Amino acid sequence: MEEDISVDAAIAGSYPEESEALPTRQHVTGFGFYVYLLSDGILFAALFAAFAVLRGATDGGPDGHALFSARNAFIETACLLTSSFTCGIAMLACDRRNRFMTLVGFLITAVLGVMFLTLEIREFSDLVARGAGPDRSAFLSSFFTLVSTHGIHVTCGLLWLAVLLVQFLGRGFTPAMMRRFLCFSLFWHVLDVVWIGIFTFVYLIGGYL
Amino acid sequence: MTNPLHDPRRANRSTPSLQAHGHHGSWLGYVIGYGVAILLTVAAFAIAPSKHMAPFSIEAALVVLAIAQMIVHLIFFLHINTAPEQKTNVMAFGATMLIIAIVVIGSLWIMSHLAANMAPMDHLMNMQR
Amino acid sequence: MFGKLTLQAIPFDQPIIMGTCLAIIIGILAILGLITYKRRWAWLWTEWLTTVDHKRIGIMYILLAAVMLLRGFSDAIMMRSQQALASANAQGFLPPEHYDQIFSAHGTIMIFFMAMPFVVGLMNFVMPLQIGARDVAFPVLNSISFWLTAAGALLINISLGVGEFARTGWLAYPPLSELPFSPGVGVDYYLWSLQISGVGTLLSGVNLVTTILKLRAPGMTLSRMPVFTWTALAANMLIIAAFPILTATFAMLLADRYLGMHFFTNDGGGNPMMYINLIWTWGHPEVYILILPAFGIFSEVIATFSRKPLFGYRSMVVATMVITLLAFTTWLHHFFTMGSGADVNGFFGITTMVIAIPTGVKIFNWLFTMYGGRVRFTSPVLWTIGFMVTFTIGGMTGVLLAVPPADFVLHNSLFLIAHFHNVIIGGVVFGCFAGLTYWFPKAFGFRLHEGLGKAAFWFWLVGFYLAFMPLYVLGFMGMTRRMNHYDDPAWLPYLLVAECGAVCILIGILLQIAQLVWSIRKRDQLRTNARDPWDGRTLEWSTTSPPPAYNFALLPKADTVDAFWEAKQEVAEPAEQAYESIEMPKNSWLGFAISFFAVLGGFGMIWHIFWMGVLSLLAIVALLGWYSWDEDDEYELTPYDIDRLERVTIHAG
Repeated sequence: MEEDISVDAAIAGSYPEESEALPTRQHVTGFGFYVYLLSDGILFAALFAAFAVLRGATDGGPDGHALFSARNAFIETACLLTSSFTCGIAMLACDRRNRFMTLVGFLITAVLGVMFLTLEIREFSDLVARGAGPDRSAFLSSFFTLVSTHGIHVTCGLLWLAVLLVQFLGRGFTPAMMRRFLCFSLFWHVLDVVWIGIFTFVYLIGGYL
Repeated sequence: MTNPLHDPRRANRSTPSLQAHGHHGSWLGYVIGYGVAILLTVAAFAIAPSKHMAPFSIEAALVVLAIAQMIVHLIFFLHINTAPEQKTNVMAFGATMLIIAIVVIGSLWIMSHLAANMAPMDHLMNMQR
Repeated sequence: MFGKLTLQAIPFDQPIIMGTCLAIIIGILAILGLITYKRRWAWLWTEWLTTVDHKRIGIMYILLAAVMLLRGFSDAIMMRSQQALASANAQGFLPPEHYDQIFSAHGTIMIFFMAMPFVVGLMNFVMPLQIGARDVAFPVLNSISFWLTAAGALLINISLGVGEFARTGWLAYPPLSELPFSPGVGVDYYLWSLQISGVGTLLSGVNLVTTILKLRAPGMTLSRMPVFTWTALAANMLIIAAFPILTATFAMLLADRYLGMHFFTNDGGGNPMMYINLIWTWGHPEVYILILPAFGIFSEVIATFSRKPLFGYRSMVVATMVITLLAFTTWLHHFFTMGSGADVNGFFGITTMVIAIPTGVKIFNWLFTMYGGRVRFTSPVLWTIGFMVTFTIGGMTGVLLAVPPADFVLHNSLFLIAHFHNVIIGGVVFGCFAGLTYWFPKAFGFRLHEGLGKAAFWFWLVGFYLAFMPLYVLGFMGMTRRMNHYDDPAWLPYLLVAECGAVCILIGILLQIAQLVWSIRKRDQLRTNARDPWDGRTLEWSTTSPPPAYNFALLPKADTVDAFWEAKQEVAEPAEQAYESIEMPKNSWLGFAISFFAVLGGFGMIWHIFWMGVLSLLAIVALLGWYSWDEDDEYELTPYDIDRLERVTIHAG
């Protein structure tokens, strides 16, 4: 059969040599988790779409201008961005089998994640106290759902990291540990990418424009 | 085959290397990525309250800054690049972005036309009374 | 303590429901008794419930689909009978509130728990064999996916006897599905069971895409993948892209119902149309998730039984990928009448017509494959030919509906019902049956009885035309969908014909059951040449039937699309190759345990027994943590073991 490699490469982005070199389990797991993360991105896209459509539906209640604090959002962004950076540093330490740096890097990541969550919970409880809870209007429903879905992801990430660190202390750099750290770091970085969308579209465009 | 096992795809014992997505970066890469991301974030928060620019320009600038920062994260933190062994990753990412764009822009387009053509919901509710 | 759940939730005063429940309970007890009597509990647990073997998981998916087909079909024949009886002054035998639950359950079950498991099961069973892989990428995750689907199916069927099901139609449009208009638990049953099974489907999609992209046999480039694998890749890519939207949309409706939010409510600024927009952003790709694998099955069947390579392999692949992309650009045609105006309707009308073109390409490819071939008219081929005729008719009525002004006349009429049953029965269901007959010998080592299979096909085909062609006419006569009662006596004759069609299909189903029972009893006569009974072309026929747990003792090589066919043409002695060790995944209880708590938690949330929901969620988290503690999730088969196992199979075969 006639081969036209360029067309196939264009269809699905592969090339003939790929299947000759069998990928390792690490590689397969990483790719699978990456695909899952892409689907998570689409989940957030649906929530972003709902927020964008329902942004003006305040039902006579407060809108983003009145509610959002750019200062709070900025501190949250700083926490999350820095935690993404420290997570990357921890992964570098993993690469070099540096136990101490791995542990320190992930611990800082976790502390920054907790700080982010604390700020978010404070913001939410403040809004609810001011009578601007998720049941006030469609706008607030979509705001709370979008931002808290991200927050729930962060919470799950922190729980996951806690379990991973306990396992890591017990067993060190086993292949399974390395796979799990790789997946966790992908997860954590993607959460930060989603947050870029949230602070831009919700807090800045929604808060000022 | 260097691996003693016949099917290395299932082999747990192969030496783990964090190469699931190509090269796993370096100190310098993370520092550069972190620095650029900080700059882009600060720029976004700085221009958002601006009173000198038209709202549309601010919005456009914020969107551009957000996309730029997402790309920075992808390159420096997630290590997605144009290396041939990453082609599948990049294609999958591109396809996802396309779907996200279709869903968000399509929904906004459909719903804005609907809002323009149809009476608002509360108006309909009042008519029922 | 028990939320909204009281004894009144069980409808003791409804004889139809209570009779059905009694029969189901007796049936389940009989099966459990039989297992106990035969002392098969340990066997069931180790060989099936905890298995992570993609072949067994595929078989369990199909078993689930078959049971749900019976459930969904009983709903269908009840609706047909009601409409045949409830003309003019007669009221029929189903009160409106029960009838509304039946049509909602019929649609939900047929799409989510019949068609989806059937298609996913076939992909699970066949695809790894076709690409020469030993298993899917994540075997334990595969088991979790299946059991979550089964958990959703169980929950939705509990609604039969405990409480009620939704009366909202199969997509639960708000504001009807919002709390003020559906205060009961019906919509909650709908939402929670679909959320649970939806997560399972999504995980399965991730798993199968990773498998296809990363675990192909040496030499199998993308351009050498069998067409069924291509369509499986496309369908699973669509699952990954579409199911998160469904999850998000249902989450918003759940937030409205449980937390008092205002996404889709009439008050508080909510917008019900947003739900319809989002649900169809998932819903339209969903129909391609179902039909693309069916297209793949027809491609395999028609090439094998025409003894020719598939005509236009490359155009088939391109058409599949074009459909995959366009699937995401046509969703508005499900709600042309919503009022988005001429621009929007025009755009989506055109995209809908465009998507018919690659589908047409495929039809011609199948026809040209048959042309000049020596076609053997076995039952899989009959299903395929039946599909080509029926699906073309359904496709053309679909193009008619894609014209927005025509849709304004026919929207929500029986014309629409006829159209989508025409493509789903004529496409997906026929495809699944063709695939079932075609790959059955691979799974069990013996063929299904041909005569009974052909008889079943003819009853299905005739029954389909009798049941749904009258509905096209009724649509033009102005009959809308979901009617419990109607006044126009002119509709009655058509509905009587449709009832006859439903009875024909019933006979077809009974013949299929008879075929299965007969074939199992006489299996020794049907074993001849089970390894490659149809003179197959692709790699799944190169291993034994049923294949060993590791699929291939020696990994196959693929140099062309029809790798096995080409290998058979060479007379060369196979070179002696030594076996090498294989790492096998260990069985896992995780999927079964998670889905056990998913059922408990879902049931708790449905009935507002929140402590049960929360505890179940915590239990699932704890199980995941506990499971992750043991890193030793594989065992090794040494060359000696493999040699021993291979000898046993050769002796048995």
